[in-house]
Amino acid sequence: MTQAAPSLSLSGAARIDGAPLFGPLGLDVRAGRWTCLLGPSGVGKTTILRLFAGLAEEVEFTGTIAADDGLPLTGRVALMAQSDLLFPWLDVLGNVALGARLRGERPDLARARRMIDRVGLDRHATKKPHALSGGQRQRAALARTLMEDRPVILLDEPFSALDARTRAEMQDLAVELLDRRTVLLVTHDPAEAARLGHDIRILTETGLDELSPPAGAPPRPVDDRATLEAQGRLLRRLRSPA
Amino acid sequence: MIRGALTLAAVVLMGLALWQGIVSATGLPHFILPGPARVAEAVWTHRALIAENAVVTVSEVMIGLVLGALLGAATAIWLAASPLARPLLRPMLVFSQAIPVFALAPVLTLWFGYGLGSKIAMALLIIYFPVTSSFFDGLMRTPQGWLDMAHVMRATPTQVMWRIRIPAALPSLASGLRLAAVYAPIGAIIGEWVGASRGLGYLMLLANGRAKIDLMFAALIVLAVFTLLLHAGVDRAAAWLLRRHRG
Repeated sequence: MTQAAPSLSLSGAARIDGAPLFGPLGLDVRAGRWTCLLGPSGVGKTTILRLFAGLAEEVEFTGTIAADDGLPLTGRVALMAQSDLLFPWLDVLGNVALGARLRGERPDLARARRMIDRVGLDRHATKKPHALSGGQRQRAALARTLMEDRPVILLDEPFSALDARTRAEMQDLAVELLDRRTVLLVTHDPAEAARLGHDIRILTETGLDELSPPAGAPPRPVDDRATLEAQGRLLRRLRSPA
Repeated sequence: MIRGALTLAAVVLMGLALWQGIVSATGLPHFILPGPARVAEAVWTHRALIAENAVVTVSEVMIGLVLGALLGAATAIWLAASPLARPLLRPMLVFSQAIPVFALAPVLTLWFGYGLGSKIAMALLIIYFPVTSSFFDGLMRTPQGWLDMAHVMRATPTQVMWRIRIPAALPSLASGLRLAAVYAPIGAIIGEWVGASRGLGYLMLLANGRAKIDLMFAALIVLAVFTLLLHAGVDRAAAWLLRRHRG
């Protein structure tokens, strides 16, 4: 990573078409850590992520969104969504090298190949997305994200469409490869939050709460007792907001 | 492939049988509706004349098709790229469609003369709108996720157009082109009817005027076969394009 990872903060309220989406709240995302933002659908988790990404044009946001180093976030953020967003007409290599081409620059193909190796797709670099499994496609999307080499990574339920085994593998891989970056993971899965969060926040209709994460560094073992207990607590909290 | 050819042969045979059946059953005189055999004979007897005129019509259609497709695609890209041009140009496009292209044929003949020019202009005009409109719709329906990702990657608008929006809209362009393949011959023939000295449309009028109804039907059949082949060819090309596109 060529730039130091900043911490992020958002404080303010958001409205869509005049209707309040979430009230005044404050969210801090620690530098170089995974912050999991857990919540049910429709409470504005994704909006928060889109605000950090500079994408939420449809939202009236009053408040501040900032990085602790005072520099703008533009150009320091990479985004990975539930849909892999691979282009069907490009092979894996073309998709991974996409960012530079979209900026009108010459892509570093050797580096793109190294990223493809790192996500374990070296034998699939010349395949088009339709020839890949769901897990392989998300690996390609992860390689594309790594290729961007941004200090801030925004993950919008990137693993939620995968089967349980593939999801666990992708979680391990993402933690390993996104080490030391500032990661905000939006998820509706308490198990994922319990496995991956250095910090865990719950966003519900009543507001934003902080919950203490289980002990141990992410990715925590799937059968770790404390992690499973945390998962249970998170689900309980989701079902009956304080 | 073989099955397709057999189906085609069966359809053609059925059509011919129906045609002959109507001729035999109604007893229509051959100067009203000649039978298939008589028309086939006319195609063979007048093969040089028909070929000479077919070359003219085919050139008009092909040139009009290529130019109309290029112009339509360019307009669509321009409209999609420029939010400024859109409110100005779209009403003009729609208005231009309110004028039946057929009504323009005499004007085009006046402006471009009796030669190829006015027929190419007709074919071009008649396909311009379907190509523009379907490609433009495709260009405006780029999945938002791709555009968001491009925005986060700080893509330039030009690169977004060439690397995302245009490739993503190719299926829409292909359906526009399929329509164009059917429309373009209509434009050329109308142009020839209004004023021409060569072409299949001209030959049909000429044959009709001289009561050579079998020749008129021969020209019509050749025109229909050409239009079918053109449609099949564009269909193949579009399918090939989409296969490459999907990988």
